[in-house]
Amino acid sequence: MTEVLTTTNTRSIRLKGRSFLALVLSPDLPFEDWLMRLDDLAARSAGFFLRRPIVLDVEGLEIDLQQLRDLLDQLGRRNVRIMGIEGAHPSLLGADMPPAMTGGRPASDFEATEAETPAGDLSSAPADVETSAPPAPLPSNIVTQPVRSGQSLMFDGDVTIVGSVASGAEVVAGGSIHVYGTLRGRAEAGAMGNVSARIFCRKLEAELVAIAGFYKTAEDMEPGLRGRPVQLWFEDDAIRAETLG
Amino acid sequence: MGKVIVVTSGKGGVGKTTSTAALGAALAQRNEKVVVVDFDVGLRNLDLVMGAERRVVYDLVNVIEGEAKLTQALIRDKRVDTLYLLPASQTRDKDKLTPEGVEQVIAALKKAFDWVICDSPAGIERGATLAMRHADVAIVVTNPEVSSVRDSDRIIGLLDSKTAMAERGEHMQKHLLLTRYDPARAERGDMLKVDDVLEILSIPLLGIIPESMDVLRASNIGAPVTLADNHSATAQAYFEAARRLSGESLPVTVPGEKRSLFGKIFGRKAA
Repeated sequence: MTEVLTTTNTRSIRLKGRSFLALVLSPDLPFEDWLMRLDDLAARSAGFFLRRPIVLDVEGLEIDLQQLRDLLDQLGRRNVRIMGIEGAHPSLLGADMPPAMTGGRPASDFEATEAETPAGDLSSAPADVETSAPPAPLPSNIVTQPVRSGQSLMFDGDVTIVGSVASGAEVVAGGSIHVYGTLRGRAEAGAMGNVSARIFCRKLEAELVAIAGFYKTAEDMEPGLRGRPVQLWFEDDAIRAETLG
Repeated sequence: MGKVIVVTSGKGGVGKTTSTAALGAALAQRNEKVVVVDFDVGLRNLDLVMGAERRVVYDLVNVIEGEAKLTQALIRDKRVDTLYLLPASQTRDKDKLTPEGVEQVIAALKKAFDWVICDSPAGIERGATLAMRHADVAIVVTNPEVSSVRDSDRIIGLLDSKTAMAERGEHMQKHLLLTRYDPARAERGDMLKVDDVLEILSIPLLGIIPESMDVLRASNIGAPVTLADNHSATAQAYFEAARRLSGESLPVTVPGEKRSLFGKIFGRKAA
């Protein structure tokens, strides 16, 4: 989506619309417990939230201004930087806080009840259009070069990598990830909450795999899977894996 | 117009400076005009390895700052007529290296020399990115161990994204120079195998340099390995690498093994 608005002036300022993929954190009360669980997740995947755009969803939470301020402060201390807040009453948002986000289109969430309620402001046009139109097919992405250490690739849909993913590299996809080479770095499939996303690789040496936000580090993986062709999927709140072929 | 080569690795201590000097001297002995450029401002070493530390008057930073002409800063080697050194500054701030200044110096050197070999500092900061910025070809120096391989992989990613060539949408040629290869340790399985390194980095192999006391001995007397004792195994490996760099097809022999990696590696598609 790229919309260009221009004035009739000769030297106009170009305003562009652009959509980004952001992760949504939906805390629940009491925040102390939720933060403990967040710390646990962060401990298993150090640096995951670092420098990523994060939206805080406080829809339906009975909190006051001070509580929200404290929560933002707690998240800030954990290096989780919030770019916007969704579902908050305008009175909750101070001028020094991240701006309100509206009209977000959540990718299918794994809790069905939540998936049916469009998040954000219902009056915004894009959300209405989206409910009536059939969902656009997710793009397929093909990468024909090896993904090098330090590189981070992000895709909305499925991604196929003809080559290896190096140690210290990262592939994040809204859909499934296929690696026709050795997976040594990180692979995060279903990054927007798609629990049916899978990870396939010809040789598993991954440092970390994730599906729909659930993680498994190399240490948690069965040693028997190392160096083998493997597929990983999500079932009963856990990541499952089996060898292929 | 000459060819600009960056010798880079990410990790320190893997042999960038040794390789820059050795390849520079090897190419110069083929009567090609070569300049080796030290980009390691503040930690310069190339002048020592070239045996020119007592002859440095002006350096790269002086040229960029307009305090000296390029011809004043270039030091001609006493042993090989066609070999020159452009030293780095040991005292100046590395922020004095500006992208515009480096571009001008490289452009001028390219006109006067057949080969401009840039010795990159370790790391991925300013000095390293400026050293690779205007290169036509990259030599990635890697030791057969995991941290060096991962750092090299990171550097290859930067070569494919942060260089002037990459920004023009062109493909930069990259060669792997596997250094400090120890046949005895390889035999015991203490080191990554050549095939494993090639599989991970997937770039063509320029040569395998055996771990050797020759390197230390040569740097102590201030001579590139390929000038100190050109019959040593190390020197021979560098001479062969220089020939491959000039476009010759030579099989790469793995030290301590009978096999050679000719068709296998050069048949591979460079990434």
